[in-house]
Amino acid sequence: MFEQILAHSPALAVAIPLLGAFFTPLVGKINDKLRNIFVILILALDSFVVLLLANDVLSTGSIRTYIFGAKEIGSPVVRIIFEIDGLNAFMIILAAILPLAAVIYSWAFMKDETGQDKYYTLMLLLTAGMLGMMMTGDLFNFFVFLEITSISSAALIAYRTNNKFSVQAAFKYIVISTIGALFVLFAIAILYGQYDALNMAVLANSIQYGLLDKIALVLLVIALAMKAGIAPMHMWLPEAYGRAPSSVTVVIIGTTLGSFYGILRVGFTIFGEQIISASNLGVGIALGWMLVGLAILTIFIGVLMALKQNDFKKMIGFAAVAEIGYMLLAFGAALATIYQNSITGAVDISPAGLTALKGGMFHILNDALDISLLFLVAGAIYYVTKEASLNKLGGLARNMKYTTVFFIIGMIAVSGLPPLNGFASKLMIYQSTYEINPILAIVAILCSILLLATFVKVFYAVFLGPKLPKFDKVKEVPKSMLIGMLIIACIIIFIGLFPNLVVENIVNPAVTALQNATAYMGGI
Amino acid sequence: MSDSGMSKIVKTMTGVCFPFMLIFGLYVIVHGHLTPGGGFQGGAIVASACAMILVAYGSVWTMKKVKEKHLSIFESLGALMFISLAFFGLILADNVFFDNFIFGANGIGGLFANPALGIADINTAGVIPLMNIAVGLKVIAGLFAIVLVMAYATHKIKGGNKQ
Amino acid sequence: MITFQIPYLAVVGLIIIGLYAVIFKRNLIKMIIGITLIESGVNLFLITLSFRENSTAPIYTASPGGIMSLPVPQALTLTSIVIGVAVLALMLSLVIHIYRHYGTLDVRKIKEDDN
Repeated sequence: MFEQILAHSPALAVAIPLLGAFFTPLVGKINDKLRNIFVILILALDSFVVLLLANDVLSTGSIRTYIFGAKEIGSPVVRIIFEIDGLNAFMIILAAILPLAAVIYSWAFMKDETGQDKYYTLMLLLTAGMLGMMMTGDLFNFFVFLEITSISSAALIAYRTNNKFSVQAAFKYIVISTIGALFVLFAIAILYGQYDALNMAVLANSIQYGLLDKIALVLLVIALAMKAGIAPMHMWLPEAYGRAPSSVTVVIIGTTLGSFYGILRVGFTIFGEQIISASNLGVGIALGWMLVGLAILTIFIGVLMALKQNDFKKMIGFAAVAEIGYMLLAFGAALATIYQNSITGAVDISPAGLTALKGGMFHILNDALDISLLFLVAGAIYYVTKEASLNKLGGLARNMKYTTVFFIIGMIAVSGLPPLNGFASKLMIYQSTYEINPILAIVAILCSILLLATFVKVFYAVFLGPKLPKFDKVKEVPKSMLIGMLIIACIIIFIGLFPNLVVENIVNPAVTALQNATAYMGGI
Repeated sequence: MSDSGMSKIVKTMTGVCFPFMLIFGLYVIVHGHLTPGGGFQGGAIVASACAMILVAYGSVWTMKKVKEKHLSIFESLGALMFISLAFFGLILADNVFFDNFIFGANGIGGLFANPALGIADINTAGVIPLMNIAVGLKVIAGLFAIVLVMAYATHKIKGGNKQ
Repeated sequence: MITFQIPYLAVVGLIIIGLYAVIFKRNLIKMIIGITLIESGVNLFLITLSFRENSTAPIYTASPGGIMSLPVPQALTLTSIVIGVAVLALMLSLVIHIYRHYGTLDVRKIKEDDN
């Protein structure tokens, strides 16, 4: 039985949320509680299938392909395939946990809103799009799933239509998102016109480094960076994260990291043989340093703008921008250290760069969980007090004990203090960038300290201090919101206490798959 | 009925033209595997015909005749038919997802089995015409609902400001 | 051979006009029209890639023989048009909501923030 599910699991992982999304309006007309239970069951089943698939791919190290519409693939590759190696398996674990926590959280969070049928349908569509984006092996299919996620998330950001700031943030999000996606389509059309292939593995096999390919690479990286929130194209991110309902923000974090995965896949696998090669050594190093420059700019802008914010959720949004800068710093620094092995003549990444790759990859997982926990806490405070500005909150620690504990866990994890998971990944980034260039490590540590200062200020303003009279009657948040926060907090503490387990089993295969472009090409 | 919508001449001519547009749109949907066309193209034609009715008769009259709940049920039915056809390839024929399981020797009583040889053989090419019909149903309901709700919303804004 | 380059020049022209409209215009509806222009430009580029000289339409049944133009970019363009329709419907609904709240469509008057 497990063998059957495992053989069909890439398609099932996308098809089950789609089936649930199409059934939800019909189930919602019968009963409300039935619909909520149905959605949670669908997402739990989907997480089970995804974890089964990820376990198989990460433990055996083999690449699993799934061909839609035929049993085997013919000689000219014309069908859509899903190809899952270590990097994909790493990302889909993330994409399966976040929506489950968000939907359990939104049982109580969304109880008083109207039109909840459409909310759950859109959440399931967003999950299906996100999982498809991270599993596909075909460039045009990647574009289609990218647009599915961007349309669903724009509709979810504007969910509270009587709040004028939400609608405005959703409009900004969809304009920037659509322009980015159209440039991705333009680059895909250029590559198709050159090589008559849309499959990523076939493209990686036959690509050269002419003028049109350079234009396509630049367009792809810039457009996907626009969707991932890297400066100077980051302006939509704090507003969209801050004005959306908190459970929606948790899932949108997953899609932002999906676009980041797109940059990795394009840069390291499709163009990998061309950039990390002996003839174009200077190009690879220059590209790496340019990414490092963008990353430093992102970290600075994120941290400095976070210091002067008064709105709780917007501040966490700017911290999220800074954390994406950390990830890009790690990957750019790794790309900047390629050298030519004088004995074998092969081009390779130096050991410091390898540690930077592992740190950056680990940080993707950690950062998504930490920022999600902080947004869920901010949502809980908004649910109880209906206030969003830091100036008007205060003294809530006495009434909301569990929420305070969750906020402390999130704060320690984001700033990179031991013993939680932020420390493990940030230590790897500091170590490796110090060997590459000491200035980078100093900038990174400084900005982490500034982030910690910002969050301590928020902690004091919101939770400590004298009790305000208008908050006398606030109680603890309902149980389903606590369970949602508890899931993420447990995973954070587990990764923090046993980082070696996680690095060996999950991160190392992902990094190996990232470097090994020839294995990806051999998958078809 | 005379205060919502446009003049009598426009309403009469719309009533005459509507069946032809409907039949042309359905023809494009059903013949999607033989001639250019298919689910989305034919669905957009039928939705344009319904939008023409909306413009000619006014949004208030149309909202009384067509409830948004029924359109939502139509849309869900179309989507469910599409994804059940995809799942049947997995479950019934024990092949892969989205497989064309009707195309071949047996089919559903030999109904949709053979490949298309002439220009007018509709019951050919397996599962493709059924998926075209499902997608066409969903597109008609979806596009018509979008246009209907937008017309009603702007009518509300204008009406609210006047009062 | 300049006649074969005219569609590519049209693509570049459409994208530049669309980008100009999105960046420099102040009315929200004009920004949406700019996005539609960019999308039309990219669709035209996709279709132009499938052209072969003296080719017929790629229909299999009762075809008159000879070379056919490529069918794959036609499917890609169709998908892109469908996505464009959905995005356009969503953007216009959001503009209706913004007009209901703010009473104006000028981008400079909507930029206020609460802190």
